[in-house]
Amino acid sequence: MTTTTPEQATAPVPPSAGTVRKKRRRVDMRQYGILAALAVIILLFQVLTGGRLLYPGNVSNLIQQNAYVLILAIGMVIVIIAGHIDLSVGSIVATVGAVAALSMNSWGLPWGAAVALSLLVGALIGAWQGFWVAFVGIPAFIVTLAGMLVFRGVALVLLTGGTVSGLPRAFNSIGSGTLPATGSPDLITLGIGALASLALVVQQLKGRADLRRLNLPRERTVSFVLKIAIAVVAIMYLCYLLAYNRGTPIILIILATLVLLYSFLLSRTVFGRHVYAMGGNLYAAMMSGVKTKWVNFFIFVNMGFLAGLAGVVSTARAGSAVASAGGSFELDAIAAVFIGGAAVQGGVGTVVGAVIGGLVMGVLNQGLSILSVDAAWQQVIKGLVLLLAVAFDVYSKRRTGR
Amino acid sequence: MNDVILQMDGIIKEFNGIRALDGVSVAVERGEVHAICGENGAGKSTLMKVLSGVYPHGSFEGTITLDGAPVAYGSINDSERDGVVIIHQELALSPYLSIAENIFLGNEVQRGGVIDWNRTNLQAAELLERVGLQESAATKVLELGVGKQQLVEIAKALSKKVKILILDEPTAALNDDDSAHLLGLIEQLRDQGITSIIISHKLKEIRAIADTVTVIRDGQTIESFPVEDSDDIETRIIRAMVGRPLDSQFPPREPSIGPEKFRVEDWTVHHPIDVERVVVDRASFTVHAGEIVGFAGLMGAGRTELAMSIFGRSYGSGISGRVYKDGTEIQTRTVGEAIRNGIAYVTEDRKRYGLNLIGSITVNVSAAALGKLARLGIIDRNREYAVADEYRKQMNIKTPSVSSVVGNLSGGNQQKVVLSKWIYSGPDVLILDEPTRGIDVGAKYEIYGIINEMAAQGKAVIVISSELPELIGLSDRIYTIAEGKLTGELDRAHASQEELMRHMTAARIQGAGTP
Repeated sequence: MTTTTPEQATAPVPPSAGTVRKKRRRVDMRQYGILAALAVIILLFQVLTGGRLLYPGNVSNLIQQNAYVLILAIGMVIVIIAGHIDLSVGSIVATVGAVAALSMNSWGLPWGAAVALSLLVGALIGAWQGFWVAFVGIPAFIVTLAGMLVFRGVALVLLTGGTVSGLPRAFNSIGSGTLPATGSPDLITLGIGALASLALVVQQLKGRADLRRLNLPRERTVSFVLKIAIAVVAIMYLCYLLAYNRGTPIILIILATLVLLYSFLLSRTVFGRHVYAMGGNLYAAMMSGVKTKWVNFFIFVNMGFLAGLAGVVSTARAGSAVASAGGSFELDAIAAVFIGGAAVQGGVGTVVGAVIGGLVMGVLNQGLSILSVDAAWQQVIKGLVLLLAVAFDVYSKRRTGR
Repeated sequence: MNDVILQMDGIIKEFNGIRALDGVSVAVERGEVHAICGENGAGKSTLMKVLSGVYPHGSFEGTITLDGAPVAYGSINDSERDGVVIIHQELALSPYLSIAENIFLGNEVQRGGVIDWNRTNLQAAELLERVGLQESAATKVLELGVGKQQLVEIAKALSKKVKILILDEPTAALNDDDSAHLLGLIEQLRDQGITSIIISHKLKEIRAIADTVTVIRDGQTIESFPVEDSDDIETRIIRAMVGRPLDSQFPPREPSIGPEKFRVEDWTVHHPIDVERVVVDRASFTVHAGEIVGFAGLMGAGRTELAMSIFGRSYGSGISGRVYKDGTEIQTRTVGEAIRNGIAYVTEDRKRYGLNLIGSITVNVSAAALGKLARLGIIDRNREYAVADEYRKQMNIKTPSVSSVVGNLSGGNQQKVVLSKWIYSGPDVLILDEPTRGIDVGAKYEIYGIINEMAAQGKAVIVISSELPELIGLSDRIYTIAEGKLTGELDRAHASQEELMRHMTAARIQGAGTP
């Protein structure tokens, strides 16, 4: 029996030939399951709508109309992994939207400053809620239920006159504008797609090279190549569709940045690891030295910040602020997170999963609208999809022996 | 070999292609206490789940025969209808319900859906008397200790007209008195004709009450033989369990004790809620480099409370006293500060405080020392994997890969993950609270080896344990604690179980313990 010191422990030892073959880095089937579900839903609606779902104009619309769910889902998945819930995000969207509109129309702020103020207000609201959750120890369900009422009320107070519209064009383009385009097809969009694909390939190859260098288990070459090929095709097809419409929506750039940033935050940083550790076993995290209160606080500050961003985006998209904005946004975001494979008990979930879950909801919205299904029935269908997605997840977990 | 009540033949159970049971056969005679022995992960609990219908008929191969007739249980309800009742290691009582309500939960004394409370309470009282529990049937379960809860479980089983009572590690969480009472009760039930199957790691217990023992290793029946009260039996069981004779329970060690490493002075801790109550009273002790110091005390004496309060005040209120490392006073006001100052605490309750059970081995091993693997808050995951894999080899953690989820490992392997986590944090002072609780003989030996190795590296090692032979076998010096006070200090040569027990029960003896 020997036990190494940490320094010795870090030196990789070449594994014997027998063990190499067996050890493959496990592919997370759960994640691919939801991706497959998204593909099936897209194909289904593509057939049902006679190909109209993936018309260039509709794709651009889909992204811009559902940006708020995706932004909120990114914040919400972190909240849910840590074992909390946030019911207030819809109301925060309304309050921040009101602040954004008023600051430009009534207080005379330039649009850039208004956006900065809006994000700050979102973060402050998050800090307020985080304070109660983290330092006073009130369950997030209660704190954010209160917040849902409070900030809906604040939005109503701010917007006593009803709708505030006539916002600057530059502001509105955050929600509905595109990058400059060269015509149809737009070469800039295609260029962005090519760059993104290249970056993806380079990053994946580099990661794999690192694994090989350190003699760590790797995915099978076939599935690795296949995965990248599918991703590249998907990116290029999306850009091709956008290039034949009006070009790259500005919001797509914002979304892509957020997905990359937050995926990295959750999977690669100490902060992200602490979030998973707390969701998995709060006591064990405390006893490992995690500053659980501060982590909880920042989770809510971040949620507030992203809700603020969603407020800016949806106000810009609508071109006006109303107190009823953001109604049931929190439910859309929570549904997206759970469709994306997060666990109700916490500890499990990914940003990419939540975004795919949000896209499932978005495609449903878009597809059902194109088919002019009644709004009431749309709700029924979305509810059932949520239920089935989670039921499937529970079932597959049980089958593999929890 | 005459009157077999239960026969399990050629049981094979697979999980994701891995065989947990590989053709196990057991024959239990009517009216005996039949012990099932085996290392953690040998398949004992899986076998009992097969028997009780937790894994339904069809999800495994092999046959089960009860009273000569083959049975096919689809659920735990089916097996209970036949009088096969299992009491799990983790008790399954509802804390806010009364004893009577718990006993008849799912089996209520009722007419047309309306509960007959008088008969419920009457029958509950009779059952309580039968198991020797002196409590009112209306008492809420949360007011009972683990020992009494165990008796409620047995009363519940009796209410179901139990024929075969299966007990999974019934005494793992009990103190000596409660264990003795429980074992007495099992013998009493045997005299009333109830057959018991008992899964246990405690060879002394098996020797005391079992009539027959079946040893399982790696999912296979190794042997089955009658138990008589002799030392040879223990040796035989151990040999069958580990597949080799175990010469000694403790690996050899040459202590090399250096200068004083760790000192605690006048450490006082109050109860976290009942803030007036003193839980640890002016405790002072020292540990030298390379020394293994044991802490002996009965349940509730304040051992864990002392350790956890030193480790970042993770227990208690109104804490006062001083902590020195290498002669310099250090602060341990938060867990983070304690870790930074080179203290590690391996908890007695690894599932609650030690592990993220849904996380992989990798994330658990790195959890207390992420800073070492991160630059600017970004974790080097490749290095992290390599570190975890290295510990897997060093600690002999039995798993297909360090990406495996910790919750699926056996108790001994989980404990090795917790130890890896704290050793990787690079401590100077290692506090181990019940390091071998619920762990089989083979894994215990390995963990003792790890503890010795830590001492050999010059760390100050503190071991808290309820098992006195373990403390005596491992420690260079032992402190005894009773009612929050240190009541004695014995070196290895003078420590006997009798002497330790005398100090552990000697409350209010003043002036002992501090050099």
